[in-house]
Amino acid sequence: MNAKRVDKIATAVIYLLVGIVILILVALLGFILITGLPHVTWSFLTSPASAFNAGGGIGDQLFNSFYLLFLTLLISFPISLGAGIYLAEYAKKNRVTEAIRITIEVLSSLPSVVVGLFGFLLFVVQFKLGFSIISGAIALTFFNLPLLTRNIENSLNGVSNLQREAGLSLGLSRWKTVTKVVVPAALPGIITGIILSAGRVFGEAAALIFTAGQSAPVLNYANWNPFSGDSPLNIFRPAETLAVHIWKINTEGIMPDASQVSAGASAVLIIAVLVFNLGARWAGNYVYRRITASK
Amino acid sequence: MLETKRKEKSILTFPADREIALETNNLQVYYGDNHAMQDASLQFPRYSITALIGASGSGKSTYLRSLNRMNDGIARVDGEIMYRGLDVNADEVDIYQMRRRIGMVFQRPNPFAKSIYNNISFPLREMGIKDKSKIDGIVESSLKQAALWDEVKDDLKRSALALSGGQQQRLCIARSLAMSPDILLMDEPASALDPISTHKLEMTLNDLKEQYTIIIVTHSMEQASRLSDYTAFMHMGKIVEFDTTENIFTNPAVKLTEDYVSGNFG
Repeated sequence: MNAKRVDKIATAVIYLLVGIVILILVALLGFILITGLPHVTWSFLTSPASAFNAGGGIGDQLFNSFYLLFLTLLISFPISLGAGIYLAEYAKKNRVTEAIRITIEVLSSLPSVVVGLFGFLLFVVQFKLGFSIISGAIALTFFNLPLLTRNIENSLNGVSNLQREAGLSLGLSRWKTVTKVVVPAALPGIITGIILSAGRVFGEAAALIFTAGQSAPVLNYANWNPFSGDSPLNIFRPAETLAVHIWKINTEGIMPDASQVSAGASAVLIIAVLVFNLGARWAGNYVYRRITASK
Repeated sequence: MLETKRKEKSILTFPADREIALETNNLQVYYGDNHAMQDASLQFPRYSITALIGASGSGKSTYLRSLNRMNDGIARVDGEIMYRGLDVNADEVDIYQMRRRIGMVFQRPNPFAKSIYNNISFPLREMGIKDKSKIDGIVESSLKQAALWDEVKDDLKRSALALSGGQQQRLCIARSLAMSPDILLMDEPASALDPISTHKLEMTLNDLKEQYTIIIVTHSMEQASRLSDYTAFMHMGKIVEFDTTENIFTNPAVKLTEDYVSGNFG
């Protein structure tokens, strides 16, 4: 066989493999959207779920998912920012730093069921937090920390050393240089990372089943007192999220329209995750353009 | 003249009445075991431009970066760096204060990813200057000194990264000048610029020496001879010769210097 022919065959094989990947994705997305979207209406998105009758919605679950995501980011972002800054800017290249990196690596590869059970035993049972949003948020933080820390460290490492030298040469301390020069320059990457991790957190179910619980108590959206039992903001109430809801309907759902609700909820979940992914690209590019003023 | 050419080292020193802005005594720089700069003793007269020339790896940048302690944490620096009777190399020196007095401009332009205005105002605010009108004044005067004002005065809010390389480098100079330093250290500031930008930069530096002492590392022999009053030639981590630029280029005392400036070298 001559070189030209080999090249043609190799190219064809590569196209084929890429085609398979795209086909799987399109088929999956298409199936979920086609079966689910017809069921997605405004009342489906806003009304509470119903356990026995047809016509239940996902309003509370949707709110719970976003609220849980918000709290998770609120806890995990400051911690991972600090850890990322330490690893990228301050840590010396030695065994201790390497050990920290490996720890983070291991943390990021823990199966979510294990994280969920750990959260259940520690927060739900031991700390008596019960099935609650806060238990769920802490469990999700475990998940999110390694991803975000790694992302922030990489984003900071991507900032040219020239920027650090510029700051130091103007008499700024190392800390000021990091916080006022390096972190702002790394912002596009950091924002992209936050949103991408948000997509993962949003779709997480296994870790939440044991921590945030599987029940959605009746919520009164007019009650904004976070200490009141039926307030949506109460962090000590159980909160079934969208992903957990899908799992629950499919395992023990007894409402007559279970399969439609499940399909509709899946479509909403998929769309939300897609929006997060596309939003991450858009937001990262937008901030980058703002900073560099390039078109 | 022939016997003077047998000298191995020739360092000019100045009479006591000449004001010296910065002086190093037996400066040694080590990267690990590598003795990158040996016994560097130089005096930099005030309000003059001194060029540091030499082949790549001769230690010019290493030496320059030691002068405002930018080598801290990278290399070990022994010896004295005297600035206004103060040893800059001593542990107890406030390096942040010192670096405002001894500014630095780098090889590649490194403006912050901020607006033109904020590139200059941000370090001023960090210095503790809060008065807006005072900051505005310093931004304008330093941009004028760096010969950039006319080109950017209408869009100070624009990102500094949108400027051309030459403009960015002049912005970096303006940013250093805003700190009102005594001394400006420049590490091949024109090496990333095109000839027109380089020319503008040199004109700017020529004006600046009225008020500042400038020490500039350069690879360009033409630049050194055009721009500087004094020139130090370095070779393999040693200062071989230091003299007026005229003497270095027309009548060097050391054979090695003569070879280098005439191009018969490496």
